[in-house]
Amino acid sequence: MGGLPSQFLSCYPPPDLRRVLPFTGLALFVLAWHVAVASSKGTLVPSPLAAIQGIIELAEKGLLARYVVASLFRVTWGYLAALVIAVPLGVWLGLWRRGEEAVNPILQLLRPISPLAWIPIAILWFGVGDVSAVFLIFLASLLPLTLTTVNAVHNIESVHLAAGRNFGLTGRELVRSVVLPGILPQLIVGMRITLGIAWLVVVAAEMIAVNSGLGFLIIDARNAGNRYDLVVAGMILIGLIGVGLDLLMRRLERLPGVRWGYVGE
Amino acid sequence: MRDEGRGTRYESILVTAVLVALWHFAVMATGTKIFPSPVAVLRGLNDLPHLGAYTRDSLFRVACGYGAAVLLGIPVGLALGWFSSAARAANPLIQMLRPISPLAWMPLSVIWFGVSNLAPIFLIFLASFFPVVLATMNGVRNVPPVYVQAGRNFGLSTGALIARVIFPAVLPRILVGLRIAFGVAWLVLVAAEMIAVDSGLGYLIIDARNAGKRYDLVVGGMLLIGAIGLVLDALIRRTEKLKFVRWAFTEGR
Amino acid sequence: MKVLFRDISHDFGSVRVLDDINLSVVAGEFVCILGPSGCGKSTLLNIAGGFVAPMEGEVSIDGEKVSGPDPRRIFVFQERGVFPWLTVEENIGFGLFRQGEKEKRERIAHYVQLVGLKGFEKSYPRELSGGMKQRLEVARALAVDPDVLYLDEPFGALDSITRLQMRRELLRIWQAERKTILFVTHDIEESVQLADRVVVLSARPGRVRRVVDIDIPHPRDLSDPRYIALRDEIFGEIGLAHQV
Repeated sequence: MGGLPSQFLSCYPPPDLRRVLPFTGLALFVLAWHVAVASSKGTLVPSPLAAIQGIIELAEKGLLARYVVASLFRVTWGYLAALVIAVPLGVWLGLWRRGEEAVNPILQLLRPISPLAWIPIAILWFGVGDVSAVFLIFLASLLPLTLTTVNAVHNIESVHLAAGRNFGLTGRELVRSVVLPGILPQLIVGMRITLGIAWLVVVAAEMIAVNSGLGFLIIDARNAGNRYDLVVAGMILIGLIGVGLDLLMRRLERLPGVRWGYVGE
Repeated sequence: MRDEGRGTRYESILVTAVLVALWHFAVMATGTKIFPSPVAVLRGLNDLPHLGAYTRDSLFRVACGYGAAVLLGIPVGLALGWFSSAARAANPLIQMLRPISPLAWMPLSVIWFGVSNLAPIFLIFLASFFPVVLATMNGVRNVPPVYVQAGRNFGLSTGALIARVIFPAVLPRILVGLRIAFGVAWLVLVAAEMIAVDSGLGYLIIDARNAGKRYDLVVGGMLLIGAIGLVLDALIRRTEKLKFVRWAFTEGR
Repeated sequence: MKVLFRDISHDFGSVRVLDDINLSVVAGEFVCILGPSGCGKSTLLNIAGGFVAPMEGEVSIDGEKVSGPDPRRIFVFQERGVFPWLTVEENIGFGLFRQGEKEKRERIAHYVQLVGLKGFEKSYPRELSGGMKQRLEVARALAVDPDVLYLDEPFGALDSITRLQMRRELLRIWQAERKTILFVTHDIEESVQLADRVVVLSARPGRVRRVVDIDIPHPRDLSDPRYIALRDEIFGEIGLAHQV
């Protein structure tokens, strides 16, 4: 963790206060939200309690599980497909500089095109449905993952490559025993950030291109009857799952074979 | 170690040309009437409706939302990085709010701001605020303690320490965070304009599809979004070359 | 003749770094290549290791021209060469992919013992000290049973006490295994303590100024008048008065 030692911090809390603090922020936020809703008459914004009841209602109707599964299904397939293509492609481009320089202008032009700008094309090719959403997630993840891999390959210590070649490794063997383990720590960080983007994109894609999932829930709850309690319930679910995915990826950063890459950070 | 061939520029032009040609022949071969050929896209770019006005609207929204996020996010990040108790209190809330896709706020932002410029600006603000805060906060936490020690040793007050030691030390990391935040802001802008308003580059794309299946305009709009995003990204990247942050980017790529 | 450098010259851009190097090393010999920073001694070692092709001349080993890296000749970098993602035993076993599982295990155990890393088999490099990492890299090199070891300022990053211990360790290992060793250093004392012969290179462009035979048996006494005489001779050759 590094960081500033406690004696430099002008405001360092005593231990028992430190345990309570993480809850105070959240509690204050919920309280402020409740008071704001209660004191403004006729607002469409639901109170925290109404939002929780919204979640329960969704669970009872069976929509909760269905929509969560639908969203996770799309993210998983789009993201995995991107990973399977991006890592070999990135390794190849990272090791072969001329290839990278040839492809680079196209990658750079495609990168800032919001994946959501592909929505009309996705619907044209794949219709309204799962395939379109999976395709958008795939697009959103492919370039960040490829660029992360290329960068990580460039950052491999040249002595490690030299040592691998010295022991007689070439081509595929060198990639498997030196390049892949060498890029893994950086790759995992890139995978975590990209999963965050994929999660953002799936919600947007579901608002426009499909008829199920958490994104659809939000837009549908609003359009069909101004059920803002369900809107906020959907937002809470999106947040919780996003946190869960992030924690899952952070787990990977604790694996023994990659910890070396984060020392001193 | 590897040769930096001078031929690479030709190669990249060649690869691009080959891909464009493939696209062209794929359209010809399949005989599609819907998906446009590169030539059709070029022609479409010429008669995009309201091009100037839409571009201006999009840039205005990004400038407001992203600008507000930067102006607010950096001080908040500095404070959270410095006061560890504030960070402890705020962290669960930030971690909870951050992964909520900014677009999920759309219905609420329409309640609050109606169908106006403020709704997409608010979404862009949300999209870029958290990356800026987190990059700044983590940057402050990773400032080597010896810098702080040295600053204190010369008798700086806390305010002066933050202004003269902490801020310059984290600036390179902030700039990296700003670039990442911009990427997300640009992504959200397009989506927000598709859903919440009736102007801008995102609206252009969705409207070209809905009103008459003009896919030449759709692809033209996409290329335009890519090109403008590229220019803005390059501008932000420029800041990493400034002489007072270069020390942190010695990698030189 | 084990290693033979014939008429080696090399440029970086328009700068000549090595100029007409001729040198021969006998099997089992410990040779130090000594020179000031930037004299091209690392480049010379990289040429011998097959990582850099010389612009003129050639290196041959056992009469066979060097044309690329080869597991029969292992290059030891400063401790940076150990793979951080592998444990101690995985690092030592890295080059043993052609051996059977049983032999692999025996060799790992042998070299863990030899370099004194017993008890650390499952540790990762980041949990080791600089000296231990250095010994680990030597063990990884020895495990594939090369006939030549190239060491490029291997102890340069260590503190001076550890450095002395490492020299003693290296001599012990060398006497046990009898590999041919080419050792690059800019430390005069180090070269006189370790080598059978010291090859003194000039500043850029690197030329062989002189080859000094160190005819003192191991273990060497650092207050032996012969040791001091040889050391001062080299100090004189490089043009330094031996004073602070």
